[in-house]
Amino acid sequence: MFKKYTRTAFSVLLCHSAFAYAAGGVNNATAFNPALSLILSGTYGNLQQDPSIPATGFAMNPNSGHDQGFNLGESELGIAADIDPEYRGVATFSLSPAGGVSVENAFVQSTALGNGLNLEFGRFFSALGYLNNQHAHTWDFVDQPLVYSTFWNNQLGEDGMQLKWLAPTDMFIELGAETGKGRGFPGSDTPQNGSGANVLFAHFGDDIGIEQSWRVGLSLHQAKRLKAISTAVPDLLNSVGGVSDSFTGLSKTTGLDFVWKYSPNGNIQDRYLKLQGEYFERNENGLLTYNTAATGVTDRYSVVQSGWYIQSVYQFMPHWRTGLRYDRLDPGTAKIGARNASNLIANYEFNPQRSTWMLDYSASEFSHFRFQFAQDDSRKGLSGKQFFVQYIMAMGAHGAHSY
Amino acid sequence: MNFKINVAACGLSVFMAFLIPVSAHAELNVFACEPEWASLTHELAGDKVNVYTATGALQDPHHVEARPSLIAKARRANLLVCTGAELEIGWLPVVLRESGNTTIQPGGDGYFEAASTVRMLEVPTRLDRADGDVHAQGNPHIQTDPRNFLLVAKVLSKRLELLDPSNTAFYEQRFVEFDQHWRAAIAKWELQAAPLKGVSIVVQHKGFPYLNDWLGLKEVTTLEPKPGMEPSASHLAEVLETLQKHPARMVLRAAYQSARPSEWIAQRAHISAVELPFTVGGSDGAKDLYSLFDDSVARLLAGLK
Repeated sequence: MFKKYTRTAFSVLLCHSAFAYAAGGVNNATAFNPALSLILSGTYGNLQQDPSIPATGFAMNPNSGHDQGFNLGESELGIAADIDPEYRGVATFSLSPAGGVSVENAFVQSTALGNGLNLEFGRFFSALGYLNNQHAHTWDFVDQPLVYSTFWNNQLGEDGMQLKWLAPTDMFIELGAETGKGRGFPGSDTPQNGSGANVLFAHFGDDIGIEQSWRVGLSLHQAKRLKAISTAVPDLLNSVGGVSDSFTGLSKTTGLDFVWKYSPNGNIQDRYLKLQGEYFERNENGLLTYNTAATGVTDRYSVVQSGWYIQSVYQFMPHWRTGLRYDRLDPGTAKIGARNASNLIANYEFNPQRSTWMLDYSASEFSHFRFQFAQDDSRKGLSGKQFFVQYIMAMGAHGAHSY
Repeated sequence: MNFKINVAACGLSVFMAFLIPVSAHAELNVFACEPEWASLTHELAGDKVNVYTATGALQDPHHVEARPSLIAKARRANLLVCTGAELEIGWLPVVLRESGNTTIQPGGDGYFEAASTVRMLEVPTRLDRADGDVHAQGNPHIQTDPRNFLLVAKVLSKRLELLDPSNTAFYEQRFVEFDQHWRAAIAKWELQAAPLKGVSIVVQHKGFPYLNDWLGLKEVTTLEPKPGMEPSASHLAEVLETLQKHPARMVLRAAYQSARPSEWIAQRAHISAVELPFTVGGSDGAKDLYSLFDDSVARLLAGLK
């Protein structure tokens, strides 16, 4: 009996978010249940170098590194449904293997504005860049590019609102703006009146015949950083274990992204080639307090960091794909006020880089196994190889993927 | 400051003027998910509509991406004509959401599902992903039975009248003509296809239940172990064994599918491999709805030899 009900429920869930069938023939209480999905994932990692060491020159950025050995990934529970004729709700909960639940996404979308307008509010992944709002289970590699892990702590999640407008043109032209708390790095998640971070983005895209399609994007991000603490930052005095610094200032990031896809006859089920790349440049300007644990010396600090990646994924036969990625970061040369000139490292004289190869197999669109090998040179003097095996499995309603 | 705002507003309006095309007469913009519905809309509406076809005959209709171009086309559509029955579940929901177009959302007048007008076959009695790519509402490949077009056309024509009432008489006339011509064509095809009745076939994908139902073909087995899964070597060996016990005359596949599994079986079981256009554009002969069935019937008859 229970089984029968669950199946009916699932059948309803499967179609509910997508199509509201009048003639579905299901008229029980479960018909109004939202679409439910659960992603199960895990990795095995073999890393030559300690993943807790940050990329050289990026000790004040997040290090959303890797896990060694067998590791249950975050299980992701997704719920989505229309709320009423005007709104749709989406929530994604991340179940940590150590226990505990975090809210990854919880947003409401307008469905009745029309005129090409879409309003979203709540907690969402920012639409900046190309990869930022893609969920981890749709990534082409086990990990995010270095520029995403260091610049956005893998993905920029925001508490706030987003408004975007799609132009009524043959070509895809989308303009959007976001304003929010500044929850994710480089925002400092500080309670305050007004907004802590703002984003502007523009996307352009089209097809070239039936075999090729492309999208190009431009993003601007700005965040107020208030007493943003970084720990274990190396300094000129070679303090053991580094020191803690605090930064208050403005962070401005410009991003460019592109993706181009090719598929013979446009039949992506058979074979396709995808080429994508993104570039981000961040300008940070403000006051830095050196060694907050001790006396703390505050002076001006500004730096321009940049990073980019280019990657290509090729599905050479149904179910099998392989991909290559090259990553590179530039920590820049910091301009440091005189009082901290002998404390802080201005120039690391090193550009972190990494080359990655992956191979994955998907028995269906719901199950994926991936092997990944990387030559990681993101830490000065600590070159290392990384090997991963990953599985990603999706159960329940599986929403359509974005481009 | 005011000056700045004025300049910005002025610049924006000039920019918008470039973006928004001025359309000379009020044609309906139709977004057809598959080529067969684009053709049917043409038959029923002639030059009263601009039709954009979202997918091609050589694309697997289950696997299409929500490309930026599709979203842009959906933005300006007055009517969406799709198969439904979850065939487009992998991409259409995203396209509709991102389009910011309220008129073509499910439940609205601008949203039309062909599958809702016909009798569905192969409606699963159990829903489990272990059974592969099954569709809760039944097999969505309804376009392989020409009789279904009569049902779809009737409802679609009414929908065109609803959206564009000033051309009601035109749509009514077009429908009557189509209905007449199409019934005559069906009678012709049925006569031609008489030798196919009761003929045993193998199919690569479960894409032809409506065709079987129409022509009385008997499906012995399927090359895909489960719907949507590639035929494996071990499964093909089983199919070969089945064919020794229950012989078939030909193996059918749609134009978008890989030829290899069909050819492999055809060689070993000494039967014909027949590639059907499946939709308009799937073969050189299938240029519109009429030639789609002319070509399909001809290919099936050739498969008997």
